Amino acid sequence: MSRWPKPAEGSWTEHYPELGTAPVSYEDSISPEFYELEREAIFKRAWLNVGRVEQLPKVGSYFTKELDVARTSIVVVRDAGGDVRAFHNICRHRGNKLVWNDFPREETSGTCRQFTCKYHGWRYNLGGALTFVQQEGEFFDLDKSDYGLVPLHCDVWAGFIFVNLATTPEQSLPDFLGPMITDLDGYPFDKMTERFYYRAEVGANWKLYMDAFQEFYHAPVLHARQTPAKFSTAAQQAGFEAPHYRIDGPHRLVSTSGIAAWELDPDMRKPMEDITRSGLFGPWDAPDLGVGAMPVGLNPAGCDPWGLDSFQVWPNFVILIWAQGWYLTYHYWPIAPNRHLFEGTAYFVPARNARERVAHEMAAVTFKEYGLQDSNTLEATQTMLESRVVTAFPLNDQEILCRHLHKVAADWVDDYKRQGAGV
Amino acid sequence: MTGMLPKEFDDLELFAVGWSLATETERYAKRLASSMDEMQAFYDAVTPRAEAAIAYCDRFELDALSPEALNLMHLLYSMIVVSFPVEAWGQPRVPDSGAATLECVVEPRP
Repeated sequence: MSRWPKPAEGSWTEHYPELGTAPVSYEDSISPEFYELEREAIFKRAWLNVGRVEQLPKVGSYFTKELDVARTSIVVVRDAGGDVRAFHNICRHRGNKLVWNDFPREETSGTCRQFTCKYHGWRYNLGGALTFVQQEGEFFDLDKSDYGLVPLHCDVWAGFIFVNLATTPEQSLPDFLGPMITDLDGYPFDKMTERFYYRAEVGANWKLYMDAFQEFYHAPVLHARQTPAKFSTAAQQAGFEAPHYRIDGPHRLVSTSGIAAWELDPDMRKPMEDITRSGLFGPWDAPDLGVGAMPVGLNPAGCDPWGLDSFQVWPNFVILIWAQGWYLTYHYWPIAPNRHLFEGTAYFVPARNARERVAHEMAAVTFKEYGLQDSNTLEATQTMLESRVVTAFPLNDQEILCRHLHKVAADWVDDYKRQGAGV
Repeated sequence: MTGMLPKEFDDLELFAVGWSLATETERYAKRLASSMDEMQAFYDAVTPRAEAAIAYCDRFELDALSPEALNLMHLLYSMIVVSFPVEAWGQPRVPDSGAATLECVVEPRP
């Protein structure tokens, strides 16, 4: 008996018949050939989130982003007119990486008036134009206007900076995001500027970590010991059901109901939750977000209490909004078929006092404890998938988003191959 | 001798050198390098004083904490970090997390 009503078809999965219900192959997570196709078919065609506008507070603020999956590095900058622009991070003279410090493969950020190449001193303004060439007269017919930085498409939605590596993106950013994502317009992301940023190199395909964070079927089992025995026993007996799933184009959403932790029996909580008035779901005392109504895209099942909405933005970006007035982002940057860089960032309305700051610390530290549990199974999964001893895996209805991710990856690769074949 | 903590928290002074650490990376490394007995002793000493410590720090603007209050805040952050081994795991490390890491690169100050 479901606690939450399922669609008329009887399951969330069958509500989206294109997904099928058959066991799923994870060949797409172990095949070097598929990985090579993903570079071109997915990461050089989709809009990719590389950060937020708050990371570029003023004219000349910049940060670099290593995009190994596309074999490039980019520099994102606020130009003289205040617009956000992105360029490939390469000097037009002899190909040196333009912006880096100490270690060429490490990301960096800062503020500058212009970019100067470390090698021969060529200079570019914030708009990418080449403005100075050392001993210009030694060159042959060099027209500086032909040697500006190589731009890439860059657009901003709700303060999130996206880039697109295609020569001509097939869709504008708003069209790419679609209504399920853009219905978050109006959420006060811009007020949540207190930031905890974590990263890890993970010994697994990027889609495996996405899978780990896009189903909660695992939660009562993998995370059992995070909570007192009385709570975890109840949670395991109940199992997990999400009140709502939604798929919109390549993107997907899971929404969950919440727990009013402060209303539970105290022996259902850990003592530190009471001391800090905070925990996995965030601070018990939500901040004043200063907005009249929440955007229509939030809490689609109308849960009360509501827990969170996890928006899985194709291909590798997640926005997870908690009812308690804070949010997380996840990014999964492929490095190799069996390796990726994970980034997790927690955003809060800046603490006004020590009590709020302590509550934020508890939420952030709890996120890390859960994240370490979620990531510890990944290498174990990757290595055994690579054995190919088993090649088809049954996914249940609460794992619908995993099924969808792998289908979209296959669809984009197929589409790319078709285009390449001129079909 | 001047203590690291406000004088109202003299009783926690012996933990300040080890646990009043400014960054999450230091606090997490200290946790992994500590025994359960050490963390239990710290936890048992600091948790009954946590409410008073938070109330003390609340008397300041967050960006104008005295050096002693800042040390006290860092001690509270360490209290949170050791609460997981003490309350949940019974060991310093998250179980089965041998191959997993999560490095905190940016965190709010204080």
